[in-house]
Amino acid sequence: MKYSVALSLTLIAAVGLSACGKKDSSSSSAKSAESAPPPGSQVVKIGHVAPLTGAIAHLGKDNENGARLAIEDANAKGLTIGGKKVFFQLVSEDDQADAKTATVVAQKLVDAKVAGIIGHLNSGTTIPASKIYYDAGIPQISGSATNPKYTQQGFKSAFRVMANDIQQGLVLGNFITGTLHAKRVAIVDDGTAYGQGLAGEVEKTVKSTGATVVAHEFTNDKATDFKAILTNIKGQSPDVIFHGGMDATGAPMLRQMRELGITAQFMQGDGGCTPEFIKLAGEAANGYKCSQAGLPVNLMPSAQDFKTRLEAKFKPVQLYAPYVYDATSVLIAAMQKADSVDPAKYIPALTNISYDGVTGKIEFDDRGDIRNGFITLYEVKFGNLEVLSSQSTTDAMKAVIKTN
Amino acid sequence: MDILLQQLINGLTLGSIYALVALGYTMVYGIIGLINFAHGEVVMIGAMVALSVMQMLTGSSIGLPGGLILLAGILAAIPVCMAIGYSVEKVAYRPLRNAPRLAPLITAIGVSIVLQNLALVIWGRNYKTLPPLWKVKLLTIGGATITDLQIVIILTALLMMAGLLLLVHKTRLGTAMRATAQNRTVAGLMGININVAISAAFLIGSGLAAVAGMMVTTYYGIGHYQMGFLLGLKAFTAAVLGGIGNLGGAMLGGILLGIIEALGAGYIGPLTNGVLGSNYQDIFAFFVLIGVLILRPSGLLGERVGDRA
Repeated sequence: MKYSVALSLTLIAAVGLSACGKKDSSSSSAKSAESAPPPGSQVVKIGHVAPLTGAIAHLGKDNENGARLAIEDANAKGLTIGGKKVFFQLVSEDDQADAKTATVVAQKLVDAKVAGIIGHLNSGTTIPASKIYYDAGIPQISGSATNPKYTQQGFKSAFRVMANDIQQGLVLGNFITGTLHAKRVAIVDDGTAYGQGLAGEVEKTVKSTGATVVAHEFTNDKATDFKAILTNIKGQSPDVIFHGGMDATGAPMLRQMRELGITAQFMQGDGGCTPEFIKLAGEAANGYKCSQAGLPVNLMPSAQDFKTRLEAKFKPVQLYAPYVYDATSVLIAAMQKADSVDPAKYIPALTNISYDGVTGKIEFDDRGDIRNGFITLYEVKFGNLEVLSSQSTTDAMKAVIKTN
Repeated sequence: MDILLQQLINGLTLGSIYALVALGYTMVYGIIGLINFAHGEVVMIGAMVALSVMQMLTGSSIGLPGGLILLAGILAAIPVCMAIGYSVEKVAYRPLRNAPRLAPLITAIGVSIVLQNLALVIWGRNYKTLPPLWKVKLLTIGGATITDLQIVIILTALLMMAGLLLLVHKTRLGTAMRATAQNRTVAGLMGININVAISAAFLIGSGLAAVAGMMVTTYYGIGHYQMGFLLGLKAFTAAVLGGIGNLGGAMLGGILLGIIEALGAGYIGPLTNGVLGSNYQDIFAFFVLIGVLILRPSGLLGERVGDRA
């Protein structure tokens, strides 16, 4: 009896490990762009990484669609770079939103000699992978990783095309205490680089405005049961509960909150600001508020056209498809500007680029962050995400400097 | 006080689901001494079948009441899970019945991987979601809330457990199963069809797994092809905690594990004065498991069976 239990536990551990290892074999193999390269052209590979399986596969697919459309658009133009006709090929990989897998996939892309990387989706995967791309001298543009650390590492190869979580946390925190007049705020984070980072920034801002953080509870990005931590939070009777995490965990959390009779407002950052959240949360979603690290589509200069084209080809936009589209397009624009697909030659062009994308003007500061980003707050009304307000990050930061 | 009560309710709901799954582990172990690792995947398949059926019904415009949809889901899931449990035993375990102990154990792991991948092929990698079947009603008891769905889950679990105990202790089939568990060869010599008894254990265990899968997916509104692994692991822990091979032990172990988890998550912060937060909630369950294994290796209600294993 004793032995069989010990043996069983060992075997379970073995299954666990094998389960971790075996997942990706089928879908991660490189998918090339739809059409074949025209004869005589030079093939330029661009890597794209996002979780294409698991809880947030819908967001990964959304990002991939953005990149795919950008590549198709570029190929349709028939660009000539360095005197040669070029044909761009998207090499899409799945990192399962897992940091370890992300580094493996990153190395695989480096070995495949891609000219540039679009991604990853999560901050927790983007940050560890960025070191590998930096060492290989390959530029990386993320259209969705918002954790500030990503661009604070001093890597000349790391860029992002939307605002970061210092800015997002600031806007969210001020909204919670200023607009919603919350005095008691409870924080939940999912322990990922993104969730923990954003929750920390929100907590900092909330505290600086004089409100109380009554509880800070933890969960993980694969959990389904939140009742225990929510019961604790309920005992503190907060006005607002902020969750640093994604839609796949946030929606069940909101449902369970309401089942426990918690009436506090529920808020999340960009990871939970998706149509998928509304689908998952059902009726409980009404009145839910969240933010995105960018402009709403109807305020983007030419995004409406982009949106129609993307949705005609793929699925409705979830979150960051326009940003990934821009990330891909700006990478290609830098290659054109430098007249080279050699990363060493076109990184300087990328650093100084000024590009009109569908999400707005794209210029990078010396860290690789976008120069003028936006944070937009949304509220779910009648099952739709509706814009509450949009704020330029430079204005938000200026306001802080003034008050300090 | 109301927080404690609420955590107990949370734990009881979770625990009844664990208990139903743990029963499947413990029945099979009791009768053929095999830890059926594929059991967690049977729960997952039950959940996915029920989810697909319920999704289809809520999506259609007939406008069926929630209770009826729930019933349809469960009626679809039980036969499918039973068929899987039965065929797994027949195809994978029966030929190995007299093989060394390690062989069926490894086969069980193989079956688990096969079933998981089968589910992956059928349902894909994405999370499947279920819209709420009805607007849950909240009942307040002494400051704590309980939903009607939770009451249904707890009552169903208790009913099924009572039914199982009756079946095992009061019917001829139950007697045959118990006799087979005691000594397969002698039971066979006494005219008991041991194949029927063993198949019955798998069928019943899988039926309970289908119900448990259904509960998980309606309670959380989510299902995916990997959900069986962790649930199976927790239920196995519960079975060991209660004393594997013992039906009452599995029920006690399941409910205890659920309550320990809920209380652990709820009180770890205050107890450690904020040093450990709720991110350490899982250590409680495993501390208890280690403690039980050291102090009572055969589990809380388990009997000392010298030569098993």
